[in-house]
Amino acid sequence: MTRATVTAPGWPVLLFAGCGILFLLVLPPVLELSGHQYLLSLATRALIYALAASSLNLILGYGGMVSLGHAAFMGIGAYVVGILSHQAAGSGLLSPAAVQGAGPVSALTAWPAAVALAMLFALVTGVVSLRTRGMHFIMITLAFAQMVYFFFISLESYGGSDGMVLASRDRLPGIDLGDDSVFYYLCLGLLLLFLAFVHRLVNARFGRVLVGCRENEKRLQVLGFATFGYRLLAYCLAGGAAGLAGALLAEQGGYVSPAMLHWTRSGELMVMVLLGGTGTLAGPVLGAFVLLFLEEYLALYTEHWMVILGPVLVLAVLFARGGLYPMLAGHGRER
Amino acid sequence: MFILEQLLNGLQLGVMLFLMSAGLTLVFGIMRVINLAHGSFYMLGAYVAATVTMHSGSFLLGMLAALPAAGLAGILVELIVLRRLYQRDHLDQVLATFGLIFFFNELTRMIWGRQPLFMEVPSWLAGSVELLPGIRYPVYRLAILLVGVVVALFLYLLFSRTRLGMRIRAGATNRETVAALGVNIRLLYTLVFGLGTMLAGLAGMMAGPILAVEAGMGDSILILTFVVIVIGGIGSVRGALVGAILVGLVDTLARAFLPGLLRLVLTTAAADRAGAAIASMSVYIFMALFLALRPAGLFPVSES
Repeated sequence: MTRATVTAPGWPVLLFAGCGILFLLVLPPVLELSGHQYLLSLATRALIYALAASSLNLILGYGGMVSLGHAAFMGIGAYVVGILSHQAAGSGLLSPAAVQGAGPVSALTAWPAAVALAMLFALVTGVVSLRTRGMHFIMITLAFAQMVYFFFISLESYGGSDGMVLASRDRLPGIDLGDDSVFYYLCLGLLLLFLAFVHRLVNARFGRVLVGCRENEKRLQVLGFATFGYRLLAYCLAGGAAGLAGALLAEQGGYVSPAMLHWTRSGELMVMVLLGGTGTLAGPVLGAFVLLFLEEYLALYTEHWMVILGPVLVLAVLFARGGLYPMLAGHGRER
Repeated sequence: MFILEQLLNGLQLGVMLFLMSAGLTLVFGIMRVINLAHGSFYMLGAYVAATVTMHSGSFLLGMLAALPAAGLAGILVELIVLRRLYQRDHLDQVLATFGLIFFFNELTRMIWGRQPLFMEVPSWLAGSVELLPGIRYPVYRLAILLVGVVVALFLYLLFSRTRLGMRIRAGATNRETVAALGVNIRLLYTLVFGLGTMLAGLAGMMAGPILAVEAGMGDSILILTFVVIVIGGIGSVRGALVGAILVGLVDTLARAFLPGLLRLVLTTAAADRAGAAIASMSVYIFMALFLALRPAGLFPVSES
């Protein structure tokens, strides 16, 4: 095997990435000037979902591990934030600190805890699930996610099936998480960091082995790679990033509920990845934005927007093969 | 005898799951297509049956309307969408059929509104019978069991005794050869798909009087159906039958007996809570254990 190097992306990719980042950077002031501030929270949510979809893309797009249980990691991350905040606030959710807008919990404890727990869950379930392939893998990841879903429903002291409302966002030294614009940029920063990490990862030897497992795992094993370890590590990394996304989502909406872990959420994440373009860096981000904004846009016209969104997805599969991003950027899969 | 009643309840859930999974496993085994929208036909069957029964007052008429409705809807979906996806990646199939779920759930909300419909057990199936001295069981649930037996027999005869069944089995083994021998494989696929959705519609129709008929009712049973298929072995109707009964029994018995068992070691309140939680997870725990031991399911169908 030749030494893997970071491939220099072609100019269409750079152009697309540059335009995309610029667009995301200027979005909050533009929304404010044009009087569409209400879209900022939607854009923030799209960034968070983009992070989760990108993490799914790491295993699904590059590693060929089609997981239909990714919402479980998000849910675990969200519940860690929710439970810590609930505990700190005690029974009275209107503690003085909460009223002033400064959360009682430090994000520096809550977020790493969310990531760590999600990764731990990924490790335990990954050891079992990664022994299976294809349709069985889809189903076993779904099964684990359903277990977590029912577990949180049974947590009566944390809201049961209704979930719980968080008093305020956590506090982060030097950064005011309560400010929606600041929170947006923080999510953007975390997303870009993760994408940079994935870019380095897939262009390193680790990523080559991962892509190799997607194409032909036996061959790699014959070459002497302990492929199981590679896939398990990728699974844990993806789980951790999704856990962070879940934590951010809980902070953003101030709300945690088992609905965040319903299997259709996992399906939606998968839709984002596939719609944008699997195995591409920008694809899942594009997919998350397109799906969430399409939902919002259609909802302006009719409460029955899903009746339009559904066929749009079908058409996307039939005619936009490989996803939107490869179509827009005019090139094949980024490897 | 509480346990006999629970066993029968478990079998009855198993029958529902069998009707759902028989169609889905055929579609997967023969056409290699994952259809997440299978639950939509279950929902459609329930809605059509509820509506026709309400307006005509006859449960039989509702049944006679629901089956062709679900079958025809399936055939239309196959002709318009799924037919184009056979050669595609599983991922594309997941995405497209996920879109179909959105479409059908919302469509039912547009037509029938957001309020659930309630369907009554017809008078000739109402009441209960005494199975053993002191044990009474609802007639309607026994009828469901009977339907399950009839469908299982019908499928067995269809596959092993008829020319159509032979072609379906051959098509599952090798599509190209069967097509080369002059069988219209596309028509065959459409028919199999329609048969599968009709069975789903039958399950939905029978569930109508037991559960609330509402948009999205197919989503939860769909997941259990996938569990059944994976346990039974993907593509095997026999596996679907055994898997469905296993899953039905595990789910029902866990719900009935776990809280009581846990009360032996925990306080009553804690036992009830933990019992309910573990009971809802039981099917998935069962499947995870099962797959760890037998990754290919009970009756693996060799991939050709």
